[in-house]
Amino acid sequence: MGSVEYKGKASELLIENDIKIGQSINIQTNNGKYSGILLPRYELFDDNHVVMKLRNGYNIGINLTKIRSIEKGSSDSQYGAYIVGKASHNVNQTIGRPNSDQAKVEGTLPKVALISTGGTIGSKIDYRTGGVTSVLSASDLYLSVPEISRYASVDTEVLLNEYSENLRPEHWTLMANKIIEKTSMGIYRGIILSHGTDTMHYSSAALSFALRNIPIPVILTGAQRSSDRPSSDAALNLIGATKFAIESEYSGVFVIMHADASDNLLACHLGTRVRKNHTSSRDAFESIDIKPVALINGENIKMQHNPTLELQRREDANYSSYKTSFDRHVILLKYYPGFEPAIISYLVQSGYKAIIFEGTGLGHVSNECIAQLKQAINSGVMIFMTSQCIWGRVNLNVYDTGRDLLGIGVVPLSDMTPETALVKTMWLLANNQHSGDIKRMMQENMCNEISSISPIQLDKK
Amino acid sequence: MLTNPLAINLKVGLEIHQQLATGTKLFCQCDCNENEEYTLVLSRSLRPAQSELGIIDPAALFEFKKIQSVKYHAANRTSCLVEADEEPPHHVNRDALESALIFSLALNSDIFDEIHVMRKIVIDGSNTGGFQRTMLISMGGFIEVNGKKTGVQSICLEEDAAKLISDNNNLREYGLDRLGIPLVEIALEPISGTPQEVMQLALGLGRILRASKRVARGIGSIRQDVNISIENGRVVEIKGVQKLEQLVKVIEYEVIRQHGLMIIANILKNERGIAEIRIDNRIVDVTDILRASSSKKILESLKDQNTVYKAIKIEGFAGILGYEPYDKIRLGKELSQIVRFYGIGGIFHSDELPGYGISKEDVDNIGKKLAIRSRADAFIIIGGILANVSSAIESLIQRLEVVLEGVPAETRAATQSGETVYIRPRPGSARMYPETDVAPIKVNNLLLDPLRQKIPRPIEEYITELISNYGLNKKLAEEIFDSQYLNLFGKIVSSTKISPTFIASKLTEDITNLERQGYDSSILTQERLIEIFNELDHGKIAKESVTLLYQMLMNHEIKDLNEFESGIETMTEHQLEEEINGILCKHLDTIREKGMNSMGMLMGRTMAVLRGRSDGQKINAILKRKLEQIVASEKQ
Ligand SMILES: [Zn+2]
Repeated sequence: MGSVEYKGKASELLIENDIKIGQSINIQTNNGKYSGILLPRYELFDDNHVVMKLRNGYNIGINLTKIRSIEKGSSDSQYGAYIVGKASHNVNQTIGRPNSDQAKVEGTLPKVALISTGGTIGSKIDYRTGGVTSVLSASDLYLSVPEISRYASVDTEVLLNEYSENLRPEHWTLMANKIIEKTSMGIYRGIILSHGTDTMHYSSAALSFALRNIPIPVILTGAQRSSDRPSSDAALNLIGATKFAIESEYSGVFVIMHADASDNLLACHLGTRVRKNHTSSRDAFESIDIKPVALINGENIKMQHNPTLELQRREDANYSSYKTSFDRHVILLKYYPGFEPAIISYLVQSGYKAIIFEGTGLGHVSNECIAQLKQAINSGVMIFMTSQCIWGRVNLNVYDTGRDLLGIGVVPLSDMTPETALVKTMWLLANNQHSGDIKRMMQENMCNEISSISPIQLDKK
Repeated sequence: MLTNPLAINLKVGLEIHQQLATGTKLFCQCDCNENEEYTLVLSRSLRPAQSELGIIDPAALFEFKKIQSVKYHAANRTSCLVEADEEPPHHVNRDALESALIFSLALNSDIFDEIHVMRKIVIDGSNTGGFQRTMLISMGGFIEVNGKKTGVQSICLEEDAAKLISDNNNLREYGLDRLGIPLVEIALEPISGTPQEVMQLALGLGRILRASKRVARGIGSIRQDVNISIENGRVVEIKGVQKLEQLVKVIEYEVIRQHGLMIIANILKNERGIAEIRIDNRIVDVTDILRASSSKKILESLKDQNTVYKAIKIEGFAGILGYEPYDKIRLGKELSQIVRFYGIGGIFHSDELPGYGISKEDVDNIGKKLAIRSRADAFIIIGGILANVSSAIESLIQRLEVVLEGVPAETRAATQSGETVYIRPRPGSARMYPETDVAPIKVNNLLLDPLRQKIPRPIEEYITELISNYGLNKKLAEEIFDSQYLNLFGKIVSSTKISPTFIASKLTEDITNLERQGYDSSILTQERLIEIFNELDHGKIAKESVTLLYQMLMNHEIKDLNEFESGIETMTEHQLEEEINGILCKHLDTIREKGMNSMGMLMGRTMAVLRGRSDGQKINAILKRKLEQIVASEKQ
């Protein structure tokens, strides 16, 4: 969290009267007298107002010009401390009932590790921006979703506290290493990673490659409604993730989120085949070109038939050495009408080693680009082709443009999603020397990111 | 009323919730209409979340323990992803904000410079998000009614909740169409006075709002909550009073209920010397004892394997649970209402036992199991599914622990008959959380100055205007002003040549009369009423048939005006004359007595027979001609 102090004139007034955030105050204005607690001021707002929480619970802002006097209130509120983050967490204040048998049961329940990286699943108000930020720790979360304790004994750890849009490939490495560390302890049946939703599918793809052959399931989950609201989807997603972590016969990297707008059904997606397809709805995550690997309805986990997938059973996972580095010199580029071909040379000059195109339709860019692309390839930059259609497979043999692209050495990536293609390239670049190997491996299926058959899908669930 | 309200220091604080006449909702662009049917359904569960201050609200916790799952029904146009809690709220509705500011100005209330939208946690399922969005616009000010000033506490702008469709123990169903409709909430300072005075105040406040022409009218568009307290008691919040007559009854009921609870507390403290409520923490299972009882109800309930009966002992309470300080006011009844919220039918208590098929022997066995040693001790039994029984007992104990306080702070609901029933503990300020998805709203003179011109004038001016502009008498002017049809009245008057007095009386007295007879007036939509008066203006309907037409529509005898008019000309002129002759013959006595004044009554009778079979105007003409003939001949 950034600064939550007052600035400018407001700050002067408060210092003059020796008043700090969280203290109870009385303000006399031209029109009335108001008592309450001084709240922090959102950093992005002006310095002409003082914000307070009145006794009735409402927050209001009072313009400095209307304040005749401001003074400390008689009683210092216990709540004030909480606002400035000094209150100790009150463990009794959880919604679960204290369970005296818990300790006894814990020993017999399977163990799961819950690693928190931030995001809406653990967020509450941020006085810096006025929006929500991630501050709840994984252990807070465990306390507020006591149902989890029915299925598993959960060890929690806060690894990061970031919105997912702030995550970088280094963070994927950090996550992967942490998961490897936990896995190698040999005591966990599965690992849950709570994650901001915006880039969760990039992380799930990254972890799929970095944790190839991991012997336990790793489940990413998050929330589309922040966990500070009663309607948050966080609880159900977490409960489902816990159940799957324990009961799944398969290992690998998965994403579990709501399957529809109701709080009943969850979908478990494969880490390399999932995408966030809605800005705000609970069921924003969808499996692309395949069905979700499982649907979770209450106590019932139903594996779905996907003829082309090769899921790995826990016992079959043969651990080798994990490769957890990523090379950032890859760009994901969307082609559009009016696209300026000179951008390609610019990217080559900027040191990019690979370009993932989101081409139109079957994987096309305009013929104006051919010359620039040819130059790029000649100078050693790899050009991969995916489609901005999201669903479906690229095919460069159908039209002339496609054949031209193939001719100059553009590599089509079948039905891989553009995001997964980006991440896979970053991973291969970091762990391989020769571009020939990389090009070959990009077209090979490593983590179910490519399938040879496009199933007829009448119902996307 | 049994008790003088002044003697017990009755204080009543009014809180009205008025729907604003905006076309769209407070935080999205959906229509504010209600649906007749829904096409979409969602199911959700809500859980309490900590407030900004790190506390879980007791009322929220109470609801969470009670409700398992909520189903929401929706239709597009009246609901979108915002109502479904699948998309963040949009900007606050400008029109609604302006209305709230105008009311604040009209009531001299101190408007805040920066308005912060808050989430008021309500997890009974009535809001998909688990909270109601609300913002405090202003505090202070006053309203003057009949020369008496009453202070204003606060004015808020908030979202209406979803519409409860059904409530079946663990499952509640709501319609999303009403969710998010803008309401202004005005809370007045508590006043001491008679229930009638409170009603006058509510009426006065309602009129100020209606005078602005910015509020919705009709059933359900205004709702009163009342905070009622008596000397030494805590404040009880009563929700959902829809009509002013009901308000008086509710206050009268609360006076005796609250005073009754005080009397009970005094007996316990003063006569029995109980300084502290003592409830054995032992909760004993009496299922097996009751299995041997002859109570049909109990035996029936025990067919379900999961049913258990549990009992608790309360020391020194014998005779207290069934004692009636006032008619039908008993502590036992209060406790029954609490357990009902857990899907439990009610309680059995020792004051009413043996009885209900529970024998003396059963009672003795229960007493033994509870280790009751004194005749002064009482016990309570409840039965149901274990989880429900446990939660209910927890709530019972909490309620019993405050019996000595007399009136505990709680939220109750008004019933149609004017009684009140327990809903939940009173929520605290801990249920307020900032709405992080909406930025605070700045209010300055740039915004306020133009609104000052829109402050409604004193009501008397509007009434005088109605009288002078339309020639209405004072009573009719007030009635049309208070009715939901004021705007419609203006529209019809200006678009037709019909007499304003006739229009006003058809829109007020006639409809009210039919409502009193139990007809549903909601079928008379604005559009339909406009159509009726247009047809009337064009001579397609007779003046005398308007009421009949209302009635037939409300009765679902006809679907629309076409059906009413289509029967026309199916009778020949001759048949028509014959029918009318017959009716006139039956009423010769009345005709002799009242002369031409019997026309209205005769038209009614004739239409009752000929409805839909001939043109009202034609009938009217024939009837009038014939009546004139009879009256003339009688004179000779
Ligand atoms: Zn909407």
